[in-house]
Amino acid sequence: MPMEGAEIAALIKAGIPDAEVEMTDLAGDGDHWSARVVAPSFAGMPRVKQHQAVYAALGGRMGGVLHALQLTTAVPK
Amino acid sequence: MTDDTNARIDAVVKNNPVVLFMKGTPLFPQCGFSSRAVAILERLGVAFESVDVLQDQAIRQGIKGYSDWPTIPQLYVGGEFVGGSDIMMEMYESGELAALFQNAGAATAEAK
Repeated sequence: MPMEGAEIAALIKAGIPDAEVEMTDLAGDGDHWSARVVAPSFAGMPRVKQHQAVYAALGGRMGGVLHALQLTTAVPK
Repeated sequence: MTDDTNARIDAVVKNNPVVLFMKGTPLFPQCGFSSRAVAILERLGVAFESVDVLQDQAIRQGIKGYSDWPTIPQLYVGGEFVGGSDIMMEMYESGELAALFQNAGAATAEAK
């Protein structure tokens, strides 16, 4: 079962409360998502740590039910 | 993950300046994300070692714990984990990846 974009965004926000999450359905099939996660709390974190924070919020689904999540992270300008 | 797998991964990572753990081979990548990672490295003309995780289940699982990173591909430069294909793309576009290879003394040739 593919995951809904809203469900993915909700999980990310639950793990990173100050995050703004923007989901894009890349293939139009509800299974290949792109997420842009912007959070003030990412400030000072290397990119790898920012991505790891998102993966942690997804609680092990990444690489499992969520195969294809293209991820970009940023600190708000 | 067994200590043996961890030691095998560690040896590959530490003994090669640039290593890409991927699905498939550079010539025949088996996943779009791995294919993208290879394309970036080839564009930068960097010499790299690749490990096909589909050929080794222990490494396929072990590499995720090694770097605390849930997905493949994974790029290592100078023994350090750099990121997956999204981070590679961001760093490629910003020029950081080319700078990283230069600093690491990785063999590069400008792609024609």
